[in-house]
Amino acid sequence: MNEETTATARRISSIVMIVIIVVLALSLSALYQAYDMFINEDPTMGYYLLIGFIGLALSTYMLLQTRRRMRRFTLKTPPITTTITCSKCGFKNVRDFERGDFIFKKLDSCSKCEGTMTISAIYREVKEKGKEHKIFG
Amino acid sequence: MQFFANVAGLIHLEMLLLQIFPGDSISWIFQIFFSLLFVVFVFYGQRIQMYILIREIEGSLLRLKFIRDEGRKIALKTIKEIGKSEVDPAERVDQFLEYVTIRPQSMDPAGIVWKLEHVLDVREERFKDEVKIMAPAADETNINNLENTLEAAAALNMIYKIIRHFYILGKKTLSLYIIMQIQMILPLIMREAEAYASALKAFSYGQPIGDGAGALVAAKLMQGRRKRKIEKDCIVAKVPIEGRIAYVIKAEGPGGNVGKPGEAIKRVIEENDGKISTIIMIDAALKLEGEKPGEVAEGVGAAIGGPGTEQYKIEESILKYKIPINAVIIKEDIGDAVSPMRKKIFEATEVAAERVRRVIKERTKEGDIIIIAGIGNTIGVGQ
Repeated sequence: MNEETTATARRISSIVMIVIIVVLALSLSALYQAYDMFINEDPTMGYYLLIGFIGLALSTYMLLQTRRRMRRFTLKTPPITTTITCSKCGFKNVRDFERGDFIFKKLDSCSKCEGTMTISAIYREVKEKGKEHKIFG
Repeated sequence: MQFFANVAGLIHLEMLLLQIFPGDSISWIFQIFFSLLFVVFVFYGQRIQMYILIREIEGSLLRLKFIRDEGRKIALKTIKEIGKSEVDPAERVDQFLEYVTIRPQSMDPAGIVWKLEHVLDVREERFKDEVKIMAPAADETNINNLENTLEAAAALNMIYKIIRHFYILGKKTLSLYIIMQIQMILPLIMREAEAYASALKAFSYGQPIGDGAGALVAAKLMQGRRKRKIEKDCIVAKVPIEGRIAYVIKAEGPGGNVGKPGEAIKRVIEENDGKISTIIMIDAALKLEGEKPGEVAEGVGAAIGGPGTEQYKIEESILKYKIPINAVIIKEDIGDAVSPMRKKIFEATEVAAERVRRVIKERTKEGDIIIIAGIGNTIGVGQ
């Protein structure tokens, strides 16, 4: 019952990838230049440093964007549990949901006391996210 | 090799600039760069913004297309599994996904409720007939579930087509306002689409959904009592609660079904000549962000959603006999309402049943006749 369907979005064009790689290479060379200037105590080092960082930030951002576009789409089915209870002795049995299950469906007799087993609950468990609005809660 | 040639070219350009602007050449480069940037943003700023927005919509549209296709696949697979049809139902499913329902004209609003109800009845009949043709081996429960599955798939198809319409229109006209409008509401639309995608799986398997919380409370209250069919797809049980006689109403499960609780309530009121002390309606209601799912709240009024025809009928009936109406609501968001019922909401149905008992004790006297109506889609909930 727990399934996951996936699909991949379309591929990124090679021209965009080349542009990103060129910008990345140029910004790295600018950073190296800046380091070289720092060793030689050249005051114009700051410009190269700035260009290098801007280029690096831009290319990284573009690279992340393309990765986001390429990520796989998913459609998850959460696990659903069915709880079966004996109306006589209260014996409980929890299992995965099966097609045809419904709440208050009468099933076979209880293995412990021969009482009637009934589906008492069908639900999905959700993992609660830890983040909650403490100030406005 | 091409890459190294590009780098060499750029270095050559830098040398050239140093020759043209001797001295503080870097300042010159920056000056030109920022001036160019300023000019570009003055003339093309809006266009750049528009392209960014279009790209964002494009990403969401791709996801919507995937969800829509997946919805169609699930619906088709379920029909083939349950229906055991000899012919391939794919073509009929595609036709179903394109069905339209035209709302009645409201220029003269008098009598529109009945017109709308009639159109919705015809639509439901038509849908059921279609499902019977597509899945001849399906029983009544499965027909209801398949109908719900197809409706969810059709809703996903419609969402995708509307967003695609605005995306193409925006690209064609290059109107920032068309693109901005759709981009601004896109997060909400995506949430709704994801919710329908979960609903689709729940409907195809016949799992109880969050919207059925009200129906589940009613089912719990009527357990072990004799039930009879009342009006379309609704059942009623006479249950003694706290010394009062309660007529508990819900849609007939376990197939996906909301019934006509408005008609059922009207019928019970008339059977008792209007001598009803109070009506208590239990339904799932949309929560506001920040509220916890499964919170139970009380109030007054007819707690029922949908197109409004059933609410109208209930309000007409209670007005005629001046019957007080109370509401007990279980809060959840749109995702929880149409996806398989989460544990918190299942547990909240116990709390809601207790609240119903408290309302009965506080608002009525022993020997009174009351109506308790559990509203919502009863898929996966028996009685």
